[in-house]
Amino acid sequence: MTNPISINEVPVNPEIIQDEYLIYKKPSTLTDKPFHYCPGCGHSTVHKLLMELVEEIGIQSDIIGVAPVGCSVFAYDYMDIDMQEAAHGRALAVATGVRRMLPDKYVFTYQGDGDLAAIGTAETIHAANRGENILCIFINNGVYGMTSGQMAPTTLAGMVSTTSPFGRDVKTQGYPLKIGELLSLLPGVAYVTRQSVHTPTNVRKTKKALKQALEYQKQGLGFCMVEVVSNCPSNWKMTPLESLKFVEEKMIPFYPLGDLKVPGGK
Amino acid sequence: MAKAFGEIIIDIDKCKGCELCIDSCPQNTLALAPKINQKGYHYAIKVQDNCTGCLNCALVCPEGIINVYRKIVK
Repeated sequence: MTNPISINEVPVNPEIIQDEYLIYKKPSTLTDKPFHYCPGCGHSTVHKLLMELVEEIGIQSDIIGVAPVGCSVFAYDYMDIDMQEAAHGRALAVATGVRRMLPDKYVFTYQGDGDLAAIGTAETIHAANRGENILCIFINNGVYGMTSGQMAPTTLAGMVSTTSPFGRDVKTQGYPLKIGELLSLLPGVAYVTRQSVHTPTNVRKTKKALKQALEYQKQGLGFCMVEVVSNCPSNWKMTPLESLKFVEEKMIPFYPLGDLKVPGGK
Repeated sequence: MAKAFGEIIIDIDKCKGCELCIDSCPQNTLALAPKINQKGYHYAIKVQDNCTGCLNCALVCPEGIINVYRKIVK
């Protein structure tokens, strides 16, 4: 790390900069490689939260992740755990194989909305319907991020993307797909929740939800999905702060936050 | 009453200047620097000595480059 004196305009208090007072640092389960994500992207926040949990629970050698195709395709470069890359949309199919071979490990997939909700719909729904004991982390930002912002099934009605330059018209392009609600109807699914990472409070709640999902997986309750409503400043053509405002004002009213299904509940 | 004194260290070379930490700081401790770092972004710096170590900046920082220290004096 750089010399602390040179980075702040006001001098630091060396009495406080001591290991005993350290309350937050980047988790050791993340590699030193800087994220390739755009400034303000929600992907890196979720990577960070997941790896904090892996460090806290102490399961670095007992967790296997499956990376998707999309912006988060290089998730295996950042997460210092065992990872497997899957073909576009097929992360849950690969994770099923991993789960069947290694029944006592934690298995998760990390997917975006183009990967999970469009190209991998069949794999997603059938893996959930089989009740595979997998944690699926679903980052919903309403566009195909890696290929520069084409319309995804989760794009809001009227939202502009490169393939819907006049806004998504539901008459010709269909309605936005609520994967969380869809999966919560299936009997094999144990836990479905929708969270976001646009404020510090929501970041804490998302971390709690991820921890809960890992706990359910340990108990073998079945398929768990944590959907994270995220932002995509570059492809929404906004600054990071404007994109957070868009999440708050447009995305969250359509994708309401909260638990959609809990074990033993509704 | 107990008082909390906070201190942050930002790894400015990895900062992408997204301003999320600045927006989330309830004390207005942070601001963007007029200078740019090696990536070409204006980086976040501490401009006021009133940090309470509330963790908000570190939680929202997508890069995870903010280390937070907090000392509670009773």
